[in-house]
Amino acid sequence: MWAYLVRRLLLALVAISGVLVIVFFLSHIIPGDPIAAILGPQAPDYVIEDLRHRWGLDRPIPEQFVRFVGRLVRGDLGTSIATKRPVISDLRQFFPATIELATTAIILGALAGLAVGIISAVAHGSWLDHTVRFLSLIGLSMPVFWLGFILLLVFYYRLGVLPGPGQLDIFIARPPSVTGMILLDSLLARDFVALRNALGHLVLPALVLGSHALVGIARITRASMLEVLGQDYIKVARAKGLAERTVILRHALKNALLPIITVIGIYYGGLLEGAVLTETVFAWPGLGRYATSAILSQDFAAIMGVTILIALIFSLANLVVDLAYGFLNPKIRYE
Amino acid sequence: MSSDVAIARILAQERARRQQLVRRTLRNPLSLAGLIIIGLLLVIAVIAPVVAPSNPLQTNIARRLEAPSGDYPFGTDQLGRDVFSRILYGARISLRIAILTGMIATVIGAPLGIVSGYFRGRVDDLLMRLTDMFMAFPRLILAMAIAAALRPTLENVIIAISLAAWPAYARLARSVTLALREENFVEAARALGASSLRVLGRHIFPGVISPVVIQVSLDMGGIILTAAGLGFIGFGAQPPTPEWGVMIAEGRNYITSQWWLSTFPGIAIALVVLGFNLLGDGIRDVLDPRLRGGR
Repeated sequence: MWAYLVRRLLLALVAISGVLVIVFFLSHIIPGDPIAAILGPQAPDYVIEDLRHRWGLDRPIPEQFVRFVGRLVRGDLGTSIATKRPVISDLRQFFPATIELATTAIILGALAGLAVGIISAVAHGSWLDHTVRFLSLIGLSMPVFWLGFILLLVFYYRLGVLPGPGQLDIFIARPPSVTGMILLDSLLARDFVALRNALGHLVLPALVLGSHALVGIARITRASMLEVLGQDYIKVARAKGLAERTVILRHALKNALLPIITVIGIYYGGLLEGAVLTETVFAWPGLGRYATSAILSQDFAAIMGVTILIALIFSLANLVVDLAYGFLNPKIRYE
Repeated sequence: MSSDVAIARILAQERARRQQLVRRTLRNPLSLAGLIIIGLLLVIAVIAPVVAPSNPLQTNIARRLEAPSGDYPFGTDQLGRDVFSRILYGARISLRIAILTGMIATVIGAPLGIVSGYFRGRVDDLLMRLTDMFMAFPRLILAMAIAAALRPTLENVIIAISLAAWPAYARLARSVTLALREENFVEAARALGASSLRVLGRHIFPGVISPVVIQVSLDMGGIILTAAGLGFIGFGAQPPTPEWGVMIAEGRNYITSQWWLSTFPGIAIALVVLGFNLLGDGIRDVLDPRLRGGR
């Protein structure tokens, strides 16, 4: 187990250093000059030269890379050319919003997915099962950004039952930032007006972001439950005269849970991808939007910082899934 | 040569298996529906210039933002272009992205996976670490970065998604190769003195290509969604290209009053992706009986 853990960590480390190389070279072959983009076409040459020198952009690319890694080790991700702040503090600001959104999304997706999956496994072969399966395929086929628009149009603009884009209504004061996550911050400040408002703002984006995870989790739950429900010990449990509810929730679900947990973990890491599109639609001030604007404004340092962070989280989620698998299923041995 | 006879027999079995796969897939009403949708997409893509009522790029400011009517079944956009014609032409773009991306990713992934699985050792380690690096990114993020680095155009979207997608196919090709290289007929061919190149091309490749192609076709829906997402955030096809993701982005400013601008391209994407997902689901059912409804 420990040998496996060490090996797995080393592999993750190799992958992450590869990520550094890929990200660095990608961001340096982006055409166009970021300096010119900030200063505008009228800037005199000496100003441009001065700035290039100050950012270190006049050095050869390999040297820039070495300096970049050196600073990275010291926790310095450089300064964003667009926001003129250290990238690390930008990330610290935008990260909590994404975590809050993704966590809510995965909780919604997992709960609904489990319920739907169990129901269609129990009723498998029935019209209910087929309807659910068809509906989930439709859900899987809709572009998330488009679904976001349609939901905003219906629930915010037409019906007016849910608030619009953003994290809070503009006339509601933001609670003092402790964790950076609005729900937790407003709880800590006992600001229930902000809490309710933030919850309302969270519903639609979390639903949209969690929709693909919901479908995936429902499918694996159905498959896994079907497999377990065919086992002999389920027949024994039924023969003992246990209530169907007990058989399904206590005996079947418990044993079907392993692959389901794995899939939930994988989807949690994958939500970062959906976050880019969802955050754009809902004007959500998170990492996804930061990544998009960094790439659009050719902001080297910000692009590198945000992609490295995303790759780190993604690898970490996969690592946790792998390890959890080992802890939960003693049958799996690591070599 | 006796090994040729053996190969012929194996290929015949393979063919029979494939025919059975096709038959069982067609018997499932859901995958049949998927196939019909995809067929329709193909037909529309081919005959778009014939059936489209107007030029998808032709602007007509006098008739901008008109609601769907007899003249314009899906209405007109902010420049007076016919949304219906743009959707029809968009089918060509989505199809081209899906097919070319699938092909490029296969052409990169399959040979690398085969070489990796067949020779193993240091080559294998190196190539697998390379796939690890690529797979450490979510696909959309990687494609975004590549598309931006190359300049956002339709061709570069295809390159970007292919570069983000190939590692999964390399992994698959590798695992199939690992199993095949232990087979008797491969060992026999080696014993008869066949060169590595001949063993790979003649004996391994035919066995690897069909699972890879099946996996690619299962992923087509996802590829189209990724391309549309890139178009939507501005890293993909650029206006005035009638790409569906771009059309949704262009219509977002008018969503409250001119709902048809974003709604129809969205439905088009959902329908096409649904077609691929239905078909994929049917194929997966046949391949993995555990997932089938009745047991």
